[in-house]
Amino acid sequence: MTKQDPKKELKEMGLKIVEQIKKGKNPEITFPLRNLSNIVFDKKTRTLKLGDKEGTRSFFNVAHAKKFLQTVEVASVIKEKLLGTGKHSSLRDVFYMVKRTVPGTNVNLVDEQTESDKAIEDLEVITNLSREQMHVNANKNGSVAGKVIIEDRGDTIDWSKLGSGGWSIPSNVEEIKFKKVDAKYILYMEKAAVWERLNEDKYWQKNQAIIMSSQGQTTRGIRRLLQRLYEEYNLPIYVLCDGDIYGAYIYSVIKYGSIALAHASERLTIPGVKYVGITMDDIEKYDLKKHFIKLDEKDYARIKQVSEYEWFKDNKAWQRQFKMMKDFKSKVEIQSLSSKDISFVSEKYLPEKIKNKEFLD
Amino acid sequence: MAERTKAHELAEMQREISISEFFTKNRHLLGFDNPRKALLMAVKEAVDNSLDACTEAKILPDIYIELQQLKEDRFKVIVEDNGPGIVKEQIPNIFGKLLYGSKFHRLRQGMGQQGIGISAVLLYGQLTTGKGMIVTSKIGAKYKAHYYEIHIDTQKNEPIIKQDKIVEWKNDQGTRIEVELQGIYQKGKQSVDEYVKEIALINPHAKIIYKTPEKETINYARGIQALPKEPKEIKPHPYGVELGALIKMMQATRANTVSGFLQSDFCRVSSSVAEEICAKAKVNPRAKPVTIARDEAESLYNAIQATKIIAPPTDCLSPVGEEALIKGLKKEVDAEFYCAVSRPPSVYRGMPFSIEVGIAYGGSLEKEGAIRIMRFANRVPLLYQQGACATSESITDTAWKNYGLSQSKDSIPAGPVVAVVHMVSVWVPFTSEAKEAVAHYPEIIKEMKLALQEAGRQMYSYIRKTVRAREQQERVNLFEKYIPELAGSLANLTGEKKAVIQESLEKSLKKGMKDLLAEIKEAEKIEVKGKNIAFGEKQETLEAEND
Repeated sequence: MTKQDPKKELKEMGLKIVEQIKKGKNPEITFPLRNLSNIVFDKKTRTLKLGDKEGTRSFFNVAHAKKFLQTVEVASVIKEKLLGTGKHSSLRDVFYMVKRTVPGTNVNLVDEQTESDKAIEDLEVITNLSREQMHVNANKNGSVAGKVIIEDRGDTIDWSKLGSGGWSIPSNVEEIKFKKVDAKYILYMEKAAVWERLNEDKYWQKNQAIIMSSQGQTTRGIRRLLQRLYEEYNLPIYVLCDGDIYGAYIYSVIKYGSIALAHASERLTIPGVKYVGITMDDIEKYDLKKHFIKLDEKDYARIKQVSEYEWFKDNKAWQRQFKMMKDFKSKVEIQSLSSKDISFVSEKYLPEKIKNKEFLD
Repeated sequence: MAERTKAHELAEMQREISISEFFTKNRHLLGFDNPRKALLMAVKEAVDNSLDACTEAKILPDIYIELQQLKEDRFKVIVEDNGPGIVKEQIPNIFGKLLYGSKFHRLRQGMGQQGIGISAVLLYGQLTTGKGMIVTSKIGAKYKAHYYEIHIDTQKNEPIIKQDKIVEWKNDQGTRIEVELQGIYQKGKQSVDEYVKEIALINPHAKIIYKTPEKETINYARGIQALPKEPKEIKPHPYGVELGALIKMMQATRANTVSGFLQSDFCRVSSSVAEEICAKAKVNPRAKPVTIARDEAESLYNAIQATKIIAPPTDCLSPVGEEALIKGLKKEVDAEFYCAVSRPPSVYRGMPFSIEVGIAYGGSLEKEGAIRIMRFANRVPLLYQQGACATSESITDTAWKNYGLSQSKDSIPAGPVVAVVHMVSVWVPFTSEAKEAVAHYPEIIKEMKLALQEAGRQMYSYIRKTVRAREQQERVNLFEKYIPELAGSLANLTGEKKAVIQESLEKSLKKGMKDLLAEIKEAEKIEVKGKNIAFGEKQETLEAEND
């Protein structure tokens, strides 16, 4: 990724529009389409990317006019009020900064936050800037602990000295500097409750690892932090999820990227990530059948959908997992391991699996 | 001598109650629940009678209605028509005897159905003011006008004639009634004012002059010169008869055999159908009807239900007609679009009926809130109990969103609309004697819905054509408003001059107006198909990504 000057990028976009206007043309903005039809799986890099279909948005078009105005207005607000002052804001703040009634009408420039959110995503694909580079942050989400020292806005933070809560991961991790990283691998888990268990058991200390989690889906900030550690320190990443199709998809998003953020794949995907569990084989091995939760129709539909994704289609190991899910007609949670012993996951399950390199790729 | 028992004592207290007495105590059954409604009922019964009489006599009705406020809660109601008049001998009975009339015993589309109306008004007036009704009637230019003051003997259900004289009357023919009663005059949806307006709407062939208690005179001009087709009387259809009625008919018939009775007293019964019914009921077709026992009658009743009989004739009905209904609507409702639908006749429980729907849209009608519903049965407005009426069910059951109105689930749609629903039938099934709501027969609701849908389609095609065009123009106007906004945003973003950008954009807008309008059409086509035009919209998001 090349170093860009966000203010300049936004201004240039504006200048291109002004140029067209001065020539008496219907001003247009062209950028890659972001809908499903233009998402491709790049076999070389093994990531989801935007295809080469382009869309054009022009101002003198009834269907586009308002969106055109929204995009330009959001760009102007970001350049002036965020980049110009060096301040950061949330998506919600941007919505309120843009929201107003167009004089002489009963039309609001934006009615709902989704509209300003979309405008920001559009700016990302138009300028190739990330949202974070434009000083727009999402809510922070997720925790990390390990023997790592970082510097964040002038403060030095030691991830091993933050007690039961760990460091909470901000949505923008671009400006963070790593001072010292003492770890052999990163363990990322779907569930905050499991992270708390591992933190209490000092898993990161005993195993020389970094433990990281979010609640549910992996946010941009976490994905970017994982990627930076992976690329800058060459750390392997293992993912721990529930033994179900949604766990598999969480893994898939980290590894291959997501449809909604295909335009940002470059900054977010980590092709080397591996899946440690819970696998369908763990169910037999650790005797988890008694903790089965029955699949419903939605689960079956999702299994079918995910198993047909291009990046899973020819993956025999994963296809075997999907088939077993259907055969079991059930799923299991990570916490079902606690039925053996509350610390079974940290003392036995994970060290054993990682030592034996029992991963799915 | 036998001892006096309790039963003897009770027997002394038990006596026949006259119908008049019964209604004295149960006036709500006739719609005289409260003074406000009583005033309306008085006008309604008198006007219904006048219109019915004119229709029968093939006279274009001229009706004069006047309300005089005498005291806070006392009114004089005057209704005068140019109808055929009433022969002298009949006047006391028609006005002073409950359940007297020609309408109860026959099946024919008419306004009054039970013949209880006008005498109930007299009774109510007498109860609340002690005064009777003054009736003046003249049956032709060569005849004298008769003037009566009539009371009702509530014990005997007999008229009492207080005055009977011959008077001079300017009119050639017609009837005039005057009655004093306790009432309350209020404006609104259930007022006399509303009733008069609606009756003028549904009877566009009538000319009505109405003088309000506030001494304002309102003229409802005649909208069409043609008389409505006269409804024909029909014999009952076997499917519509109830067991009790069947037994009564067999007692009263002139036919000598059961087979003959079935053929002569019902419609659509041929000799072979009559034989079939008798065979199924195991009743001798040659038996005398009067000799038929109750359980044999029941077998006959059941056999009728089990026999295939063709539907009754439907040419007996006289709907308003699409053209006349539109004229009526135009006359009384200020809107920009009107349409009407008359459904072909259909049958419920052996009774022919037909549904008509009229819709007025836009113009000065209120845009917000529920649409206005006007319900009619045999050309009479129904002002009360809207919620209990089959009309309401058929309206809430129709998917108005398909016809350009907004509607939340199971409720009356919203929009600038007046919807007229009119049922004509030889027998309208009301939910009560006050005749305020049509009963919920599935056949009736189905017909109402079909008519509403057809009218809805016509309205929607108008909305699409004109209203959408107007909206499109409004959208073009939006560009004019957007331009300064865009110019401002771009100026901020680039540091260029706002005025320069704005000027160029305004020039482009003027130049490109025609193309824009074409684009709008194109965009709408795509919108209709449900496709997204702009990118970044309606993305198929397979994950709920938390980012």
